[in-house]
Amino acid sequence: MARDMSDKEILKMELDQLKKEVSTPRTPVAANCADTISFVEGLMPNDPLIKGVPDEKNPYKGDKGGCVVT
Amino acid sequence: MCDQTFVAATFGPCENCSTPSPLINIYIKSEPINYCSLCVEMMACQGLQKGESLVSLKRESESLKKKLEEERKKLCDVELNQVAEKIEVLGALSIKTRRVLKGHGNKVLCMDWCKDKRRLVSSSQDGKLIVWDAFTLNKEHGVSLPCTWIMTCAYAPSGCAVACGGLDNKCSVIPLSMDRNENLAAKKKSVAMHTNYVSGCTFTNSDMQLLTSSGDGTCALWDVESGQLLQSFHGHTADVLSLDLAPSETGNTFVSGGCDMKANVWDMRSGQNIQSFESHESDINCVKYYPSGDAFASASDDATCRFYDLRADREVAVYQKDSIVFGASTVDFSLSGRLLFAGYNDYTINVWDVLKGTRASILFGHENRVSRVRVSPDGTALCSASWDNTLRWATDFVTENK
Repeated sequence: MARDMSDKEILKMELDQLKKEVSTPRTPVAANCADTISFVEGLMPNDPLIKGVPDEKNPYKGDKGGCVVT
Repeated sequence: MCDQTFVAATFGPCENCSTPSPLINIYIKSEPINYCSLCVEMMACQGLQKGESLVSLKRESESLKKKLEEERKKLCDVELNQVAEKIEVLGALSIKTRRVLKGHGNKVLCMDWCKDKRRLVSSSQDGKLIVWDAFTLNKEHGVSLPCTWIMTCAYAPSGCAVACGGLDNKCSVIPLSMDRNENLAAKKKSVAMHTNYVSGCTFTNSDMQLLTSSGDGTCALWDVESGQLLQSFHGHTADVLSLDLAPSETGNTFVSGGCDMKANVWDMRSGQNIQSFESHESDINCVKYYPSGDAFASASDDATCRFYDLRADREVAVYQKDSIVFGASTVDFSLSGRLLFAGYNDYTINVWDVLKGTRASILFGHENRVSRVRVSPDGTALCSASWDNTLRWATDFVTENK
């Protein structure tokens, strides 16, 4: 557990982790961002929180005749 | 056998083993080392690498960190919002609170949706766990637990059980039964045992395994049936406040964030820390994977939310505004990943446009800190839990009196 370790052991742990991380494979941001964007655009037309849910399909509609004070 | 006696000038915690004892003050390469007699002997016997001390380790750590930053910078040719410039701006969102769920007697600390998109479980400071039906607002089950501050709760994928944990240092699984007369608290089964509070828990793809994060700085994977520890994850240097499982079916990674300002991505099978991100300036309160599984977002006490891309291994967007000064405690994405809902300690929920980095909307209504926001599994509703003892859920309706 971290709080039982001395500062030195914590630093050693961080050091080992950093040594591993310096060599992880990475891809350029532009390519990944383009991927993310196309992912989002593909799903956006079906996102109920953006497009909205029509009354008929809405399971949360509840009883009619209420008054929503916003 | 008697220990050798020596004149000790100082008494205190040894720099190596942290036990308080008389310290021998010696100098190695003109750096003061204060070890107890046992550690000095061990050091002499092991032939410790010359000059290895706190200072030299720190120096090496700093230089590696710089190198890592350089490697990451090489691939940072553009920002996410620059690539997203050509996308249409989002239209006005009409997400409004439709229902308020009242029933908890104290701060609601956590909530989770069931996979049936209809039920949700919430836990509060007074030790109560309530399972609600979101359509009818019925409370289906109420469980009173002996410990207060149930900081986390999760619904099992099958919908037949819930897990909860908190200040009791345990995470327990409670099977839900349809029999109203049954005392659910009696059927509670302790699965996880930590040495400090349990801050987050989630079932993996089945009801059989539970992943927990704790204030003792570790995360752990448990077998529900036997309570056995399957894998533990060490690497955080302070309390771990949140975790989230990768969304894919075959996914075996998860991300965790903690008070050491780091967000770590772990491999569940090997227990290895695969990637680590340290760009927040304060505790990370919540982490959440992107629907695609290639990125994640984090919310922190430094009043920002950040978006990290896992393949590029760096932060690609920061969601902040000068007018937002309160820490963010929770984040979740909408179904498509275009919207990021973040709950703040100033009682509001800000809705960010993930791609453009701008704020799309603010949701008001809570009268105290927002502790958790979660989008329902099919994306139709957003539920938020707050310290004002209520939960609210909100949807975006197309045809309604606005």
